[in-house]
Amino acid sequence: MNKDSKIYKIGLLFWTFFKIGAFTFGGGYAMIPLISREVSEKKKWITEDDILDVVAIAESTPGPIAINSATFVGYKVAGFWGAFFSTFGVVLPAFAIITVIAYLLKNFNDYRVVKYAFFGIRAGVLALIIKGLYSMYKQVPKNAVSYIVMGSAFCLVAFLNLPVIYVLIGCAVFGLVTSMIISRRAAK
Amino acid sequence: MIYLKLFLTFFKIGLFTFGGGYAMLPLIQEETLSNGWMTNTELMNFVAVSESTPGPFAINMATFVGTQTGGILGAVCSTLGVVMPSFIIILIVAKIYEQFKKNKAVKGVMTGLRPAAVGLIASAALSLAITNFFPSGINLDVFKNVGFYISVVVCIVMTVLALKKVHPVKLIVASAVIGIAAGYALNLPLN
Repeated sequence: MNKDSKIYKIGLLFWTFFKIGAFTFGGGYAMIPLISREVSEKKKWITEDDILDVVAIAESTPGPIAINSATFVGYKVAGFWGAFFSTFGVVLPAFAIITVIAYLLKNFNDYRVVKYAFFGIRAGVLALIIKGLYSMYKQVPKNAVSYIVMGSAFCLVAFLNLPVIYVLIGCAVFGLVTSMIISRRAAK
Repeated sequence: MIYLKLFLTFFKIGLFTFGGGYAMLPLIQEETLSNGWMTNTELMNFVAVSESTPGPFAINMATFVGTQTGGILGAVCSTLGVVMPSFIIILIVAKIYEQFKKNKAVKGVMTGLRPAAVGLIASAALSLAITNFFPSGINLDVFKNVGFYISVVVCIVMTVLALKKVHPVKLIVASAVIGIAAGYALNLPLN
């Protein structure tokens, strides 16, 4: 088959993202190096610069990084159907595996050994979440706006039980307004 | 109608999650708790499953909650829901991304959303920690329970190891082994 034909590319996109979905643990960011190797280094479909764009765009649009990157790369390479099959490919392995696990958990949940295992695991998972929180904290710019937003978002949800979405919208508006004020002052 | 509810709920979650990692956790927690789809304890169990299986956290989460509440069709609806907003938005952004990248408003919004995610995950983590360490509410009885001390020690040790970049799957396996060993050795109560 002609290697430049669109159907060939779409098929290959599906297979590439299927593999990426099946072999990355921990989701989004862990996928970026794999995407870069498969799509940019090996197949030369997009450039290294495009990969940087993928990350920047995936971060500043809603949705999981994995889905954003698959859709974006697929679209760049082969238009709408490229986007469709890349996204389908990256979702499919997780979907299949989790459906099986959900079934297993339902049937093995009552065993004593499973209960004890999860007793230990829950403490370990808290550690992973603390670690994830720390890495995200490190990436946030250290300035007054960040600290105010972090502190208020935490207090509003933890103590006042405000809905998460309202807090997100509030923080987005606050970020927009303060950055406009800061850039206006800088311009003077 | 559970299928529509799953689709719409996960659509909302997909639409309001920015960034990777645990950014989705606060919203998932809020929605699954308020709909009675999962308890905090089940959520923690499942975060562990999600960390030890391949694939994005968002998809794992959507598929799991969907399967539990509405079987395979439920899983299809919730997964479709969580994927849809990104898919549509990226298709639009891909056409105009040169402008999008340089857009000051997008940058401004992100200066608010990035730190917000940290605060929100901290809040979700606090609530999970309370459920984990004080399963029967915050009271002094917990200090008589040997399980409490084991849990605290495991959490501290694993946090240190996680910060030293030990692989998450290894940490989860180690925590499971400690849980099983301590459970049988001390005959911990099952709950």
